[in-house]
Amino acid sequence: MDSLISKKVQQMQPSGIRAFFDLVLGMEDVISLGVGEPDFVTPWPIREAGIYSLEQGFTSYTSNKGLYKLRLSISRFLKRSYGLDYCPDEEMLITVGVSEAVDLALRAILNPQDKVIIPAPSYVSFGPLVGLAGGVPLYIDTVKSGFKLTPGLLERAIDKKVKAMIFNYPANPTGVSYTRGELEAIERVLARHKLFCITDEVYGDLTYDFEHTPFSTLPGAKGQTLYLNGFSKSYAMTGWRVGFACGPQEVIAAMTKIHQYTIMCVSITAQMAACEALHSGRKSVEEMKREYRRRRELVVGELNRLGLSCHHPEGAFYAFPSIKNTGLSSMDFCRQLLKRHKVAVVPGTAFGQCGEGYIRISYASSLEDLKEALRRIEFFLSSLTGGGNV
Amino acid sequence: MDEILEILEKEARTTPEDIAKMLKKKPQAIKEAIKKLEKEGVILRYKAVINKGLIRDEDSNVRALIEVNIVPQKDAGFDRIAERIYSFPEVSSCYLISGTYDLLVVVEGKNIHSVSNFIAEKLSCLENVRGTVTHFLLKKYKEDGVILKHREEQKRIAISY
Repeated sequence: MDSLISKKVQQMQPSGIRAFFDLVLGMEDVISLGVGEPDFVTPWPIREAGIYSLEQGFTSYTSNKGLYKLRLSISRFLKRSYGLDYCPDEEMLITVGVSEAVDLALRAILNPQDKVIIPAPSYVSFGPLVGLAGGVPLYIDTVKSGFKLTPGLLERAIDKKVKAMIFNYPANPTGVSYTRGELEAIERVLARHKLFCITDEVYGDLTYDFEHTPFSTLPGAKGQTLYLNGFSKSYAMTGWRVGFACGPQEVIAAMTKIHQYTIMCVSITAQMAACEALHSGRKSVEEMKREYRRRRELVVGELNRLGLSCHHPEGAFYAFPSIKNTGLSSMDFCRQLLKRHKVAVVPGTAFGQCGEGYIRISYASSLEDLKEALRRIEFFLSSLTGGGNV
Repeated sequence: MDEILEILEKEARTTPEDIAKMLKKKPQAIKEAIKKLEKEGVILRYKAVINKGLIRDEDSNVRALIEVNIVPQKDAGFDRIAERIYSFPEVSSCYLISGTYDLLVVVEGKNIHSVSNFIAEKLSCLENVRGTVTHFLLKKYKEDGVILKHREEQKRIAISY
């Protein structure tokens, strides 16, 4: 009998590490460095704005594109921060987190069999969403170039079927980001081949060593770029689910068509809270950023000292150290570390096959937990080399 | 604010070694910087924040905020009389305030009687004190930026992308 489930969904790769996640969720007293969200609670003024909007009776739909007030605030914020000009009416859409925006963008631009370039290791949703939209993901392995996409790697991967590229910087899971110069070199290759670029810049505010450069601020790039950002990471608002897409009018209009039928609009409470985030939340962003940067130095320094060699992540709140010298696979390393020492980290393979030999460590945890986890990792490593009890 | 201060204000027990790692400096340099801050009186001391509401102690302290009206002294203004007041060990904080009264004095004592006695016998009868209004504290919710609540439960799911 034919399956009830569509072939496309059947073909989607189920996450290979689901079983590992279930193991973590079933254990108590685990120190988890496997969390992909801030350990801060949404700053109180933002929460309060959400509560107040409910008290005032704002419980209706908003326009499909999102509250005008929010779009206007975002437009002003982008102008102020980056000199970016996006019209709140025609070039912007409020989405359910960046996740929805990625899905809409791919569905809006792809025809069957169009290829989309994804630098890997990559955020988990990019590949499957390209597949769902009828496209074909084309992964570029960036391990050898320090997890950075280079113009050379990009040039070699492009063929006639490629329509666009999607990437995320600062990156989940590697923490890698790009300087303006590096981005310009990438943009020149894309422009030469007339490829569209979708950039997920949700960690942009958490860039530590240089200024974050939105891709669409590069000369000539704006018309060929969809800029995605959201409130989750900068303002510790993951659960509110508010993101936004800015780009050429034609693309935004196409995305809005899909959005109006599938989502209608983002929750009004969350949108009202997001307005307040832009209004009063910048100070909290700076505080959180300083805190993350300090934890980064501690964690990356310690990992290198322990022999888990780790490049210096320029942004987000992840370190992506190599565990190759333990001789274990990523999955075995994570499973043993969890079972023996109750520390949870994510196997690099969750982010593509080229993540084998690496683990993702999130430093969005209290200093106390980070230090205790590092101590346990040190103990675990010495048990591997000392006892041979692998 | 100095980042060392930001770190120590959150967690006074952070070691110079850890601060050095976080700020990418030499431990020795951090030790010296801290010593300097201590010497300059920027850092006065290190203490634990205690939630006294949780101590099951029959004679735990009561606390009162006292508004004090003062006749300022020639040459010394409020400072000399303030010094006479804050030197009492019963006084835990003392501020000069704008508005309808002059000094806000926080007093701690074993119970209501000992605090009242202090006010009646020591504070009110100082010669430049014109009058006092006393407010006893009933419950503390937040103090010096710390919400007096035990650690909240972990609300994030243990693992996510």
